[in-house]
Amino acid sequence: MRYAMAMDTRKCVGCSDCVVACQTENNVPLGFCRDWIVEAVKGTYPDTVQMHFKSERCMHCENTPCVRTCPTGASHVIEGGIVKVTHDECIGCGACIESCPYDARYVHPDGYVDKCTFCDHRLEQGLNTACVDVCPTSCLIFGDLDDPKSDVSIILKEKDWYVLAPEAGTNPQLYFLK
Amino acid sequence: MKTTRRQFIKIAGASTAGMAIAGSVLGSVQKVSEAVHVKKDMLDSELTRTPTYCEVCFWKCAAWVYKDKEGNIKKLIGNDEDQHARGKLCPRGTGGLGMYEDEDRLKKPLIRRTDANGKQYYEEAEWDVALDYIANKMNGIKKDYGKENMALFVHGAPAKHFEYLFKAFGNENHAEPAYAQCAGPREAGFFATFGSGVGSPEPADMQNSKCIVFIGNHIGENMHNSFVQEVSTAIDNEAKIIVVDPRLSTVASKATHWLAIKPGTDMALLLAWMHVLIYDNIYDKEYIDKYAYGFEELKAHVANYTPEWAAGITTINPELIRKSAHTMAAASPASVIHPGRHTTWYGDDTQRERAMAMINALLGAYGRRGGMYMGVKQKLPKYPVPAFPHPHWSWQDITKPKFKNAAVGLTNVLIEASLPEFDKKHQIKGWFIAGTSVINTIPDRIKMFKAIENQELIVVVDTMPMEMTGYADVVLPESTYLERHDYSRAGKNRVAQVAFRMPAVEAKYDSKPAWWMAKELGHRLGLEKYYPWKNLEEVLDWQFKQVGSSLEEMKKIGVKTFPSTEPIYLLPGEDYEFNTNTGKIELYSTDFAEKGYDAMPKFTRHDSPDPGFYHLVYGRAPMHTFGRTQNNPYLYDLYETNSIWINPRTAKLWGIENNSDIWLKNQDGVISEFSTKARLTERIRPDSIYMVHGFGHTNKKLSRARGRGINDIPLITKIKVDPIMGGTGMRNNFVTFVLEEPSREEIIAAADWKANAAKKKEASENKKKETEKKSEAKKEHTKETHTKEEAKS
Repeated sequence: MRYAMAMDTRKCVGCSDCVVACQTENNVPLGFCRDWIVEAVKGTYPDTVQMHFKSERCMHCENTPCVRTCPTGASHVIEGGIVKVTHDECIGCGACIESCPYDARYVHPDGYVDKCTFCDHRLEQGLNTACVDVCPTSCLIFGDLDDPKSDVSIILKEKDWYVLAPEAGTNPQLYFLK
Repeated sequence: MKTTRRQFIKIAGASTAGMAIAGSVLGSVQKVSEAVHVKKDMLDSELTRTPTYCEVCFWKCAAWVYKDKEGNIKKLIGNDEDQHARGKLCPRGTGGLGMYEDEDRLKKPLIRRTDANGKQYYEEAEWDVALDYIANKMNGIKKDYGKENMALFVHGAPAKHFEYLFKAFGNENHAEPAYAQCAGPREAGFFATFGSGVGSPEPADMQNSKCIVFIGNHIGENMHNSFVQEVSTAIDNEAKIIVVDPRLSTVASKATHWLAIKPGTDMALLLAWMHVLIYDNIYDKEYIDKYAYGFEELKAHVANYTPEWAAGITTINPELIRKSAHTMAAASPASVIHPGRHTTWYGDDTQRERAMAMINALLGAYGRRGGMYMGVKQKLPKYPVPAFPHPHWSWQDITKPKFKNAAVGLTNVLIEASLPEFDKKHQIKGWFIAGTSVINTIPDRIKMFKAIENQELIVVVDTMPMEMTGYADVVLPESTYLERHDYSRAGKNRVAQVAFRMPAVEAKYDSKPAWWMAKELGHRLGLEKYYPWKNLEEVLDWQFKQVGSSLEEMKKIGVKTFPSTEPIYLLPGEDYEFNTNTGKIELYSTDFAEKGYDAMPKFTRHDSPDPGFYHLVYGRAPMHTFGRTQNNPYLYDLYETNSIWINPRTAKLWGIENNSDIWLKNQDGVISEFSTKARLTERIRPDSIYMVHGFGHTNKKLSRARGRGINDIPLITKIKVDPIMGGTGMRNNFVTFVLEEPSREEIIAAADWKANAAKKKEASENKKKETEKKSEAKKEHTKETHTKEEAKS
C-alpha cells in the first residue's frame, strides 16, 4: 500500500476549507495548521498574468529526511507510507523541522512536533481525510497508488502533474495537477 | 523561532513562487495556550449528530452538528442529501462553531441609560425588563405617530420572526440590505425580461453548462457552496469560462477568456456582445422566434454598438469581444451569463442586469439544460392564525411613486423617511434591527447618523456586538444558529427540498432565539391571537405534518426531498407563457416603456477617477461573510485583515512597497479609520484598487476584529440610485493613498465631508454674510453628532 494525494490546481479556489476542516478534525490549536494554501502568481498585467492555488501539507515522502534526523525515533513511517510523529517520544528538538524541504511541521504548544497524518484515524474507519471530504471543489484526490483502480492512480495516469522540490530527492507523495 | 516561521508560512507561503492568502495570525498566537485540544483524535463513531442549516451566510447549507459524549460540539459536516451543501460545507460553515464559541458574544439584554451627569451607558437587564421597555416604546410610537411609523431592518433567519411580529402589529415597513444594497437590480432586470426574478440560489445550471460567463462575479471568492462545486464540475467537463473583471479574480484565473474591463463600462461590452450575437447571426433564432418579443427593435437598437465602439470604452480588444461572444454562442443553449448577486454598482444596474438577461435570451439559455433552469419548491403551509391588520400606509406609498419596480421595501427609502425633514405622516420614529449592522451595510453615514438621532427607539438583535449595537436603546442577544430553532429553508432549486434547523446545544449566556423574542413581544403588544402556539417546535411539527413529514422525522434526516412533477427545463417545442405583459421574453420591455424607463438598455458613461485616484473595487474573501465573521476565532485565524491590492506600476508612482501600511482617502476627502497593508499584485488593473469588504471594525468589544483592515463603507459617499428599483449604486467611488498616519482629529473632521464640501463651495462663491450663518449652524450640528457618536461607541 502506498498512500498518495493529488491536488488539482485547476479547480482549487484557495478557500482554506481544508485548513479549517483539519483544525477541527485534528484539534490543531488556532494559530497553527497542518495544511495551508499557497497562491502562485506569475507574469504581468494584463496579458501574461496567471495565478493558481495549491493546498499543501506534509508530502509523506518516500525518502524521509525527517525520520532519518529524528534522534528519538518519534518520527516514523507507518503502513501505506504515512509519516507520523509519536507525541510522547518527541522532545521537540526541531531537527525534523530543519530537514523538511516543505516546512510541513510545526511545534505544538504542548512541546511536540506535529504535522499532517493523512488522517490515518479516519482511514482506519474507511473514511477519506478530512480535507478531501470537505473540499467544495473536489480538488483533492486521495488513495492507494499500489491499487491501479484507485482515483489517485487513475488521475495521475491521465493528467500532467508535478511535485515540489524534486531536487531534494525526497520523492514526495503530494502531486499537483496542472 | 520555528514556530513563528510556521505561522508566517501560513500567511506568506512556503515557496518563493507565490504569496499565500490563507493568513495566520500574529494576533491569535497569545491565545494558543487557552485553545482546547484533546490529545486523542475523536472518531466519528463516538459522536452523535443533530441537523441544522448554516447561518454563516445566506446560502443556508444543510449540515450535521457532531457532538461528543459530554455534549460538546466537535465539528460541522455538510448534509449529503442537501442540494446546497452536497455533503460539504465551505470554510465559513466548517468554522461556524466559532460563532457559538466566540467569547465576545452578546450575553445579556442591554438598555441604554443616562446617569446623573448626562453620560450614557448600557445597563444589563433581565429579559422581562428589556421586552417591557420595547413594548412600551412601541406602543408609545403607535399612540403618538402611528403603528406604521416604525421600520424593520432584517437579514437572515431572524427576519421571518420579526416580520411576522410587525405584520401582526400592523406595520409593513420592512427592508433588507439584501435587496437595495445587493441583489435588487438583478431581480428587477431579469423580471422585466423573463417575468420571473432570479432568487437564491440563482438558477444558473452551471454543472451542465458548456460556457459560463461571470460579470464581476468572483465565484470562489464569494464562497456560494454548491455554485463553487458546480463550477468545479464545469471545469472537469471542460466548459468554457468567460470572466469580465478589472481583476484577475480566482475564477478569472481559470477562465478561457479574461476580459480585464475598465470599471463602470460593462454596459458597453454587453451591448457589443448583443451586436455580435445578432449581426453575426449566431443567436438562437428558433428560440427567439418562438419565445421573444421585440427582436427587431433590439436589432435596430444595437446596430451601432459594435465591438470597435465598445473597445474604446471598455479597453477590451474588439477581437476578444467578438471571440468571447462566439464562444458563448457555440455552447448555446448550454451557455449562461450568471446574474450575479451584489449588483448595486453604478445606478443603471437594473438595465445592466437586463442586458445580461437579454443575452441569456439570445443564447436560448432560459429554461434550457446548461442555461437557466426553472426551480421548483415544496411549499410549507402557514400555521393558521387570524388575518393581519391592514396598515394605513406602508413602504409602497413612499417608494413606488419614485422607484416603480421596487419589489420589496428599500432600506435607503426607509432611512430617508427617518430624517426629521421627511413628511410627518410618513416619518419613521423607531427602528427594529435584526441580523444586520446597518451602518456597515448601507452607505451614506451622514444621513444614517441623522436618521439615528431622530429615532425614539432603536432595538438591535444580534449575536455579536456589531457596530450598530452601539447606537441602540435596547440590545437583545440572540442565540446562534447552533442553539435555536428557526423556520425551515424551503426555497426553489432543481429538486424541492426542505431543510430543518434545531438546537444542537443549549443556548449560551442569556441569549434567546428570535422566535421567542418576537412571541414575547407579541404578548406584550396585545397580539396573543397571532401566537396560539407554545414554541416554534410546535409550529414546525404542524407544518411538516401538512406535507407528510413530522418533527420526529426531520430530526433524523435534516433534509427532506419531495417529488415534483414540474419539469425544470422547457420541453422541446413547448408553448410556454412567460409572466410578462406580452407573455413572451421581452427584449423590448413593455413594462419599462409604460413606466417611462428605457425599454432597452442604453450605454451611460460613468465617472472616471481624477489623476491620482483609483476605482474603489471591493469584494469578498472565501472565509468571510459581509462584516459579520471577522471576529470568529476560526475565520479570523484564516484571514485576519484585508489588504489593498495595487498594481506594482501604480505602487511605484507612489513609492508604495509590498506590505507597507497605507490609509485610503476618497474623492470627498473621507479618510479610512485604520490603515492596512498594501498588497502589490499584477492581478489588478493599474487604474483600480481592490479590497475585501467587511473589515475595519471599530467596536472595541470585537476583540479580534477591531482595528483590523479598512472598511469600504465610509469611503462610499457617492451613491447613484437606480431609478427603476431604488438600489444604491456604490461603485462610483475613487480613492487615493495616504502614506503618513493621519491624526485622529483629521479623520473625524474628514468624515463630515458634506459639511466640508459645502464650506468649500461657500468660500469659493464668496457669499459672506449668508454663508457664514449656515456654516456655523452646520458646525454646531456636526459637533453635536460627533459627541453623541463618541458617547455611543
